[in-house]
Amino acid sequence: MMETLKFSHVAKRRLSGTKGQAIIGVVASGNLEVLLERVLPEAACEVEIATPLTGYSETWKAVVAEFVERSSPGGLRISINDGGARPDTVFLRLVQGSALMETE
Amino acid sequence: MADWQSEQRARDERIAAGSKVAAGKMVAPKDTTALLEAVIRPGDRICLEGDNQKQADFLAACLAEADPKVLHDLHVVQSGIVLPEHIDLFEKGIAKKLDFSYSGPQSHAVPRVLKSGKVELGAIHTYIELFARYFVDLTPHVALTVARSADRAGNLYMGPNTEDSPAVVEATAFKSGIVVAQVNEIADKLPRVDIPGDRVDFVVVAPKPFYVEPLFTRDPASITEIQILAGMMAIKGIYAEYGIKRLNHGIGFNTAAIELILPTYAEKLGLKGKIATHWALNPHPTLIPAIESGWVKQIHSFGSEVGMDAYMRARSDIYFTGRDGSMGSSRTYCQLAGLYATDLFIGSTLQIDLNGNSSTVTADRIAGFGGAPNMGCDAHGRRHPSEPWLKAGRESVDGHPQVTRGRKLVVQLVESFSEKMVPVFVEKLDAIELAETFKLDLAPVMIYGDDVTHIVSEEGIANLLLCRTAEEREQAIRGIAGFTEVGRRRDRKMVEKLRERKVIRRPEDLGINPLDAHRSMLAARSIEDLMHWSGNLYDPPNKFRNW
Repeated sequence: MMETLKFSHVAKRRLSGTKGQAIIGVVASGNLEVLLERVLPEAACEVEIATPLTGYSETWKAVVAEFVERSSPGGLRISINDGGARPDTVFLRLVQGSALMETE
Repeated sequence: MADWQSEQRARDERIAAGSKVAAGKMVAPKDTTALLEAVIRPGDRICLEGDNQKQADFLAACLAEADPKVLHDLHVVQSGIVLPEHIDLFEKGIAKKLDFSYSGPQSHAVPRVLKSGKVELGAIHTYIELFARYFVDLTPHVALTVARSADRAGNLYMGPNTEDSPAVVEATAFKSGIVVAQVNEIADKLPRVDIPGDRVDFVVVAPKPFYVEPLFTRDPASITEIQILAGMMAIKGIYAEYGIKRLNHGIGFNTAAIELILPTYAEKLGLKGKIATHWALNPHPTLIPAIESGWVKQIHSFGSEVGMDAYMRARSDIYFTGRDGSMGSSRTYCQLAGLYATDLFIGSTLQIDLNGNSSTVTADRIAGFGGAPNMGCDAHGRRHPSEPWLKAGRESVDGHPQVTRGRKLVVQLVESFSEKMVPVFVEKLDAIELAETFKLDLAPVMIYGDDVTHIVSEEGIANLLLCRTAEEREQAIRGIAGFTEVGRRRDRKMVEKLRERKVIRRPEDLGINPLDAHRSMLAARSIEDLMHWSGNLYDPPNKFRNW
């Protein structure tokens, strides 16, 4: 039983860098895989999550909002394939993903 | 006529009673329960080692078989409640009262027997606090100790597992008590003497070598990137910032991560020789790569660790070793070292409240303290300066007071959530509830908030030295509490202000690249790697061999 969540944000600015796509993490228990694609207009950011755990949508919402606030991932569509990761792990993966997108 | 030597006469009577089942000092395994029934009296204070690692397991089993009509109401005064037999003593009515320090493997059994009313709990101590009481008001009448070998005169060789024994035996032997030792073998000549034979009354060769609890082996395979991230913050934001050379680490995975990134991450920062050179530390296998890379000058240890004997023997420049070549540990001296001669303690915990108080007690688990409260406190008797100590002292006050004093850095290193999404940051400690439930006079708080100088989580470092009000302190803690309830209820504006003042520092504030939080940063990624680093001198216990 998978739950799918989707969040749309307007970031403060476009994420720097030109890399079109990056992938980080693995789908394993307690871990997650994050695919980042630079396909959206300037400040738009969309995050779609597929998770095996239900009932954590408030936490996901908070984690994604905090990530957008701090990393300003404008222009990114982000797809998360979750393996039941803790919020701190999710947050780290997102930050790592956006850092990867900024790396030339 | 006043009688000034009644204790010695009582001792003579006990020795005479015990001698009936002994040949000189030697006692056969089958006669051991009878010996204990002869030399122990109802109501006695008894120390049945019961250390952090080594266990007098045969003596514990023999005592648990004693007749409760003969032996009852014993008052157990020992550091470790580790074996099931330690609990059996209470279940069977042989023992009644308990004063202890640590209950690791029995941490779930302790609240159970407390609830049943079969244990009258004195107090949960730190190690040296309990040893101190051995010399004041909790002197054991009988000590049951454990050694690797004995000679015919009763001299004992304990090797790397000396641990608590010298303190226990001295308190007992010099106050007319009885000392019984379990040994693995009798030897004509001992490698070295850890306990002189004239303090030992009876010796029994146990049918099996004594049990040692492997407590400090952390498999690098289980270290997470979150732990690596927090470790990088601790190194860059605290060790480097204060120039921490003399330190103690707790035994969790979080600090193991720090040990494993010294030769990689900290090396890259150019910190070799500038931090983490002198240690009060158990023989952690995860420190092997740092030792082999030349980071570590010396280590004194509380106890030993299974599988580390040969490695420590071969690294006598690093470890304290006897004339025989084997390591010698001392819980008493190492606790004193950690208390007075280190500038930093860093360890983990299960719960932290909004004042920074921390506890490892939860509703169904009383693990005791061990040495943590002693390591994790500012020693007010300290009088020698050092740069980290003075810097911390300066940070804790404004202006230039006439008399300045230093502060020991006491760091709690946690992940905001522990296993199964249980939050580490809480509004109220379970320890307080537990004290209410069991009517304890003192809630078992492990480290008091006013001793804590920094809290490190994956979200950042909170420097509590720089907080000037209770409100700042609370928001500094909330500001690194991640996505827990406590963290999400932060005052975002105030947290940003604290960040500007460097009370809170995030990975990005410290210039830490999140992509460096990767398992490839670990100098060893498995137990097998540790073995290779050691030149195959480290001999891991079987349960950690998975290749």
